[in-house]
Amino acid sequence: MINIGLGHYLTLGAIIFTIGIVGIFLNRKNIIVILMSIELILLAVNINLVSFSIFLNDIVGQIFTLFILTVAAAEAAIGLAIIVVYYRNSSSIRVEDINSLKG
Amino acid sequence: MGIDGKIFYQLILKQINPIDKFMLAHAIFFYIFSLIAIISAIMVTASKNTVHSVFFLILDFISISCLFIMIGAEFLGMIMLIVYVGAVAVLFLFVVMMLNVAQQKNQWFSSTESSKHIPIGLIISVVIFFELTIVIGGWKFKPDLLSSMTLKIDTTISNTHSIGNILYTDYVHIFQLSGMILLVAMIGAIVLTFRKRSGVKKQSYFSQISREASQSIELVDVEKNKGVNVDD
Repeated sequence: MINIGLGHYLTLGAIIFTIGIVGIFLNRKNIIVILMSIELILLAVNINLVSFSIFLNDIVGQIFTLFILTVAAAEAAIGLAIIVVYYRNSSSIRVEDINSLKG
Repeated sequence: MGIDGKIFYQLILKQINPIDKFMLAHAIFFYIFSLIAIISAIMVTASKNTVHSVFFLILDFISISCLFIMIGAEFLGMIMLIVYVGAVAVLFLFVVMMLNVAQQKNQWFSSTESSKHIPIGLIISVVIFFELTIVIGGWKFKPDLLSSMTLKIDTTISNTHSIGNILYTDYVHIFQLSGMILLVAMIGAIVLTFRKRSGVKKQSYFSQISREASQSIELVDVEKNKGVNVDD
């Protein structure tokens, strides 16, 4: 319990990853919460990369985390722009109302 | 023989050596921050108000960046604070408040239409979690499986210094590529949300610049006692 090792951090990453997946599956509100769940998933990946980087004594994991941060910021900006455009067109971003593809 | 709490704590501290003290502090802080992170991650998906979910997302990012700083990745922890809390979460908050969707009621377990998704989603998530834990457990039984010592962390220089040493030499092309990704994201967001408004008077740079002296100056012979009509 007291000896915090790599397994603890990986388990934390797995838990947050699963919560993000649950948020995508069970979400009935609006798409913004789905975007936030995607951010949670990327955060879990970042936890894994940083903990491996520290415990394996290899700096490359932290550099990849930087790139993941960049991509996450770009993805959030584009996704929110798409949501704003969609809200302008159909005045609703509820998940149930978005069914034009009949998926 | 009632033992005082303070004396008991001092007894415990005497029994463990200084290295164990650091490990104890590390363990306590790890459990506190990870508990806050997990609870706030649950609240992100489960809270009724979307604004509250954004706030819990901010709390999640802050606690995870505290964990990063704790295990020795200070630069990434600070960057997470700046980028996520300072930019991404504020962007989320801005969009949530602009679209006026905060009042929409959450229908997690009440709606009949959504209730058929819930068991399947829960089953799939539990399966995913067990797969991940199996992978972690299997890795723990064979710890020398991964021995990648390509670029070691130099302990004599700071974390920021060592990241910069690698990022601007070995990974400089990917670094520039990430800058291009940000540029594309910026242009894409502007192009997506840009709309032409009718009925707004705008400056026309092209007609201003393409104006010449021959078109704009006209010599008129003014007749006596009549003047010139300028409005034409």
